[in-house]
Amino acid sequence: MSHAHPTLPAQTIACHECDLLQTEPELAPGQTARCVRCGAFLARNPPDSLDRTLALTLTAAILYVIANVYPLVGLELQGRRVEVTLIGAVQVLWQDGMTPVAALVFGTALLFPLLELLMILMVLLPLRLGRVSPRLAPFFRLVRSVQPWGMVEVFLLGMLVSLVKLSHMATVLLGTAFWAMATLIVALTLAGRAFDTRLLWQVPPEGANG
Amino acid sequence: MRRDLTAREAGLMSCHVCGQLAHIPADHAALLRCPRCRAPMHPRKPASVSTTWALIIAAAVLFVPANLLPMMTTSSLLGRQQDTIMSGVVFLWQSGSWPLAAVVFFASIMVPLLKIIALAWLTVTVQRRSRRSVMQRTRLYRVVEFVGRWSMLDIYVITILVALVNFRGLATIEAGPAAIAFGAVVVLTMFAAMSFDPRLIWDPLTEPGKPATHV
Repeated sequence: MSHAHPTLPAQTIACHECDLLQTEPELAPGQTARCVRCGAFLARNPPDSLDRTLALTLTAAILYVIANVYPLVGLELQGRRVEVTLIGAVQVLWQDGMTPVAALVFGTALLFPLLELLMILMVLLPLRLGRVSPRLAPFFRLVRSVQPWGMVEVFLLGMLVSLVKLSHMATVLLGTAFWAMATLIVALTLAGRAFDTRLLWQVPPEGANG
Repeated sequence: MRRDLTAREAGLMSCHVCGQLAHIPADHAALLRCPRCRAPMHPRKPASVSTTWALIIAAAVLFVPANLLPMMTTSSLLGRQQDTIMSGVVFLWQSGSWPLAAVVFFASIMVPLLKIIALAWLTVTVQRRSRRSVMQRTRLYRVVEFVGRWSMLDIYVITILVALVNFRGLATIEAGPAAIAFGAVVVLTMFAAMSFDPRLIWDPLTEPGKPATHV
């Protein structure tokens, strides 16, 4: 049985931060809607949202692969050279007995960003091809719960701090993956800005009779 | 002009995931799923205040070993040296990279501390059903939610240092027990910010029997 309000106009929404009921304004491309009472971000209407988000997310997915295959950074000390990949750095922590920290880094820098990319592609590709099914809803819910835990940009800053710490004891080398990761952050940020989450819910809820 | 209603006053609740509105069921025990995206629905996040308290108390307890125990141990030809978060900041400052010293100090010490204090204050004022500085408290919550992830900085610094400085016989760096405590503080404060429901800040303004006030 459906609990959706039968008499409500379609555009009535409640602010997710202060619960005030309001009418969602018609948004011109590029416009943003904010709550009339508390100013919380409600919705944005980015131009060409679906195509741009897809293009940027696919770019990010390719960069993600490069960032994980090649070495991130290296260090040269008295003729000896050490290079690390992201997964290699996690392995070293794991072997040192720092299992919880290794798991945390694995999740936030590697697994959750990957899940986020895959889930967005899994939801948007069928939407682009015009094949929408209510079965996709759980994937979008997963995107929402994974999003706050992907921290690639914090990881990049952490890498810079550690390189500065090492720069006066050894020669620091920036690897291919370092630049791929820096570009990945730009692509992810732009994809996030281009993504209109309302796209996903414009479809009539077929599952509403559950 | 008539004052605008909140969803709860209108007998409605909105989905946490997709924003869909639905009627609050008369039978409170009933678990309702969103008609659009199938996520479980609640008028407010369930047990928000007690969950937030539990998480910030746990984070505050672990913040002590995170700062007192060594974050990393450096072994080189010159001997062994143990560093806490604070001595790492001091090292950066003395070696001339003071902007980075400021970044690490802010991300690793100030942010977790201020986050714990801010969430405790928000939860106390919600429990006392305060109607004062509602807008400022909402802004504070937004800052807490936005800034929390940057505390992970030091965990990543350690990860790279341990992996890179791995020259057997010359120099090695090992992570210390503070890294585990510190990682737990970051994760716990992030969960605390997620379990806090900002709508509770606004609820006292629309309590029945009291005149509506403006912000």
